[in-house]
Formats: sequence, C-alpha cells, structure tokens
Amino acid sequence: MEINNRIVGDQTKSPSAMLILWRELVRDKLALLSLIFLVLVTVTVFGVSMILDQKEIVRVDLFAINEPPSDEFILGTDYGGRDVFGQLIIGTRNSLWIGFLVTLLSGIIGVTYGLVAGYFGGHIDNVMMRILDFFLILPFIMIIIVFVSIVPSYNTFTFSLIMTAFSWMGIARLIRSKALQEKELDYAQASKTLGTSNFKIIFTQVLPNITSLIIVTMTLNLAANIGLESGLSFLGFGFPESTPSLGTLLSYARNPQTLEFRWWIWAPAAVLILVLMLAVRNVGEALRRATDARQRRG
Amino acid sequence: MWKFIVRRLLITLPQIVLLSVLVFLMAQMMPGDALTGQVDPNVSPEIKEQIRERLGLNNPWYVQYSDWVTGIAQGDFGQSFRFKMPVTELLGQRLANTFWLSLVTLIFTYIIAIPLGITSGRYNDTLLDQAITGYTYLGFATPLFIFALVMVWVFGYQLGWFPTSGSVQPGLTPGSMDYVISKFKHLLLPALSMALIATVSTVQYLRSEIVDTKQKDFIITARAKGASESRVYNRHILRNSLLPIAAFFGWEITSLISGTIFIEQIFGYPGMGALFLETILLRDYSVVTALVLLFGTASILGALLSDIILSLVDPRIRIK
Repeated sequence: MEINNRIVGDQTKSPSAMLILWRELVRDKLALLSLIFLVLVTVTVFGVSMILDQKEIVRVDLFAINEPPSDEFILGTDYGGRDVFGQLIIGTRNSLWIGFLVTLLSGIIGVTYGLVAGYFGGHIDNVMMRILDFFLILPFIMIIIVFVSIVPSYNTFTFSLIMTAFSWMGIARLIRSKALQEKELDYAQASKTLGTSNFKIIFTQVLPNITSLIIVTMTLNLAANIGLESGLSFLGFGFPESTPSLGTLLSYARNPQTLEFRWWIWAPAAVLILVLMLAVRNVGEALRRATDARQRRG
Repeated sequence: MWKFIVRRLLITLPQIVLLSVLVFLMAQMMPGDALTGQVDPNVSPEIKEQIRERLGLNNPWYVQYSDWVTGIAQGDFGQSFRFKMPVTELLGQRLANTFWLSLVTLIFTYIIAIPLGITSGRYNDTLLDQAITGYTYLGFATPLFIFALVMVWVFGYQLGWFPTSGSVQPGLTPGSMDYVISKFKHLLLPALSMALIATVSTVQYLRSEIVDTKQKDFIITARAKGASESRVYNRHILRNSLLPIAAFFGWEITSLISGTIFIEQIFGYPGMGALFLETILLRDYSVVTALVLLFGTASILGALLSDIILSLVDPRIRIK
C-alpha cells in the first residue's frame, strides 16, 4: 500500500535527498543502532567533560601512579597518577572534536576543489588533477609529522590545519567525477544557456544536487580522521599529554611495561576507537547505499 | 602503448622535482643548518660566518637548492650530527631491514588476498563469503597501529611466541642458518600484522571483480561451449581479474611506508620508519630530510610502475 502510494500517489515531487538517506538509516537496524550509540557517546562525553575539570584530570599525582582499577579510579591511573577514566572521557571529546573539525575543513576544501575542477573541465581540470595526484602520492604521515614538529606555534588549531592540508584529496576526487557528470545534465546546460554565471550554477544548482554524496563521504572521512588523529597522537606527534585524546592514552602503550602489565591504561581507549570507527562506518555504509538506488534497502 | 608510457613519464619528472622543492623548503624551515653541531661552540661568530660563506649557506635559495640537488644526485645527503656519520651510511644500515619487512608484508598481502578474494567472489552470498566480507569490513575500520598493538600484546607478551623487539637475536654470526631463521622470526609478526590489514582492499577488489566478470557474455559463451567449472575460472575469469591486482603493489608502497612507521615503532624494529621517528625527536634534520625525500621518491616511482603495469595488462587504461 505504502509502495503504491509512493509510485502512483499524487506526489509531484520525488523524495528529498535527506529523506532518502533517513529512510535507509531507519531500515538498516545496525546503522540506526550505531547512530544512536554515536549520539549517546557524543552527548555523554561533551556533557560529562563539562563537569570534569581537564586541569584536575591531567594533574600529576605521584602518590597514585599506575594503580589498577579500583573503586576510587574506575579504570586505574597512568604513570603520572592521572585518572584514566577521566582522560578517556575528555580524550574521546577531544578526538571527536578534532575529527569533526578536520572533516569539515577538508570537506569544504575538497568539495570546492572538486566542483571547480569537474565543472570547468579541460585544461583547468587537467592541471588541478595533476596537483591532486601529487598530494595523493606523498607519504603524508611523514610530512604531517615533520610539519607538526617544525611549526612554531603548535596548538590544536594548527594541528587540525596540518591534518586538513593532507586529507582533502579523496573527497575532491570523488566530487570532481560527480561534477563532470552533473554539468552535462539538462538542468545545468539549460542554466548555462540562460546566461547564469558559472559561480551560481556550481554553488546553487550543482552543489545541492550532490549533497547526499558529500554527506556520505564526510561520514566515512570522519572515521578516517579520528583514526589519523589517534595514530599521530600515538606516535607522539598529535595532542600532548596535557590534552588527553584517545591517541595519547594509546601512546602510553609505547612503553613495553605499560603494554604488557597495565592493560587498563590503553585497552579501553583501543576498544573505544574500534567501536567508534565501526559505528561511524556502519552509518556511512548505510548512507552510501542510499545514494545508489540499486543498493537501497529502504 | 609507448605514447602512454612517455606521457606517464612526463608527469613523473615534475612530480619528483616538486617533491624535492617541497622537501628543500621543509629543510629550510627546520631550525639549524648544515653547520649545526659541526663546529666547536666556542668558535667566534665571525669565523662561523666565514665557514658559512665558504659552504655556500649565504647564497640565494635557488643556488642553495641546486647545490643541494647536485649533492643528492651524487649520493651525498650531508652529515648526521647526532650519529656522527654520513647520512647515506646511516640509511644503508636501516634500508635492508625495511626492505625485507616491506617485501615479506607484500608477499603475505597477496598470499592472503588471492585465495580469500577468489573464494569470496566465486561462492558469493554463501556463509563463507559473508565471513570473508565481514573480515574485510572489520579490517577497513581497524586502525593498523591498534591491531598491531593487540597482536604484539597477545602473541609477543601473553603467549611469548614471537620476539617483541629488534630485527635479529644479538650474538649470531651474519650469514649462518640461525641468523636467517632469527631474522625471519623477528619479521613474521610485524609483517603479518601489516598484511592482515593491508590485504582487505585487495580482497574486496578481487571479489567484486570476479562477481562482475561472472555475469559477462564471454563467460556465458564459455559455459555454453561446455567448459568445465574449473576451466571457466582458471582460463577465463581469473585471467581477467587477477592481472589488475598484480599491478597494485606499486600503489601499496605509499601505504606500506606509513605502515612501517607505526609497525617499526610498535615492534621495536630498527628500520627506516623507526629511524625517522628517532631522528625527528633528536632534531637531526639532515636525516629527516633524506628520509622524506627517499620515501617520497619511492612512492612516486611505485605509482609510475603500477600505472605502466596496469596499462600493459588492461588496454582500456591506455586510451584515456
């Protein structure tokens, strides 16, 4: 009945991109659960860390170093006597926060770059794609590490800028190939014939038509960026210990003693990163299916 | 064919030049110069200035750049002021370790990918396929360094099956059988950890390639002619699906490099990735610059190699 309505009903408009994405999410129970989990985690860590005092958490307490989990410290303490559970909460907040920020920044750069290259095509596209290829080939982890260690005023913001500088290429390439197709479609051609400016066609007509693709890619990028941040912090080139993140908790495991005997310091963060990345991916995959009518379940 | 290769080479050259400029600029941004740590701190500033003038450190940047490039072309990467030896010599010691690690990883990657990909593609939508697809799904979501930490914790520390650091047991004579076995034992766990994660994209590619090819007309024709199932797979499908993944290893180099940085750190394996992290913490920038340049060039050449191999096995690429 519902299906019939959808086809023969007097709907003059096809469902919006957002509605299609939402329908697919609701239909895929695992993705819906993942989304609920993510929202809960985000709300919890942002909420709880408002009560927690970051300075208090990262204060070194030499009388309570490397304590295993107890009633006082639910997840024990690290080598500086700092509460692991508090660091986990604040760390998750910091990791999510920088993940969102880098995803957003690299999304803006990548989408603009891809749209311009794909829409104009020809020589512009050619040159822009060669530049992109070059960035894609670079061993970017090394270059990020070099920049992180030579930047004069290093803080969260410059860290996210450095990460952004090397994570916009994937989305740019995807958007570019989509823009190449879109500009050949009737609506874009008609607009062009009517004399609409290129700028207006790109940002008010092509862009809205590819929002679902952008949302999908950015969701998947979020997982990648959280992974990148924790990886860099793990190596010691991300957040410093005074700003805990999931990566800094894992970086304690670089000490073989900690890795072997004090699982409570690093294992919770490892599990949390895995679960978070799986959850983000579940949501992203469901959304990706929604953008392809043949694969939709909803 | 030749047209494609020549055009591809024409892109590679500017890429390498661009990389060298980027690395040179990074080197300029780094505090200190070739003189740092070389001269006695008690030497007066005037004499230091004279040495700088003689070494060409006061020349405009493009002269310095061309001097630098000329030096590298002759294999001179300067001096490591922490290790007190030429960078080239220092790299030579570590290069072999990383080379073996990468090679064994690549071999494992293909050993895992090919059977899994073929099984998953041939028997798609069976329980076995779902298990393999589940593995690739998890593999995509798992960051390499977390997986490696868990591996070293379980197999290195808890079970004690593998050594947890170094590249060879000390005290063995190089060349002896024990030495080779010990080397391999040290390689096994890091290479396996890296391969189990790196392989998932190849498994997935192979699977979708086989599932795609299965429905093509020429396969239906082959079946209609009465070809046996094994002949259909070995002669027709695999021939088309396996060749492209043979070209992948060049592109794998970029991810192998970032992989070795994490893996060598976690397994305490003395290779180039570990050297990179050591020297950047010691602010031994001449080594850092050389490593970035080397790894960058390796990535660029890897991509070139892959593109050329792929154009040989897949004619569609050449036309574009």
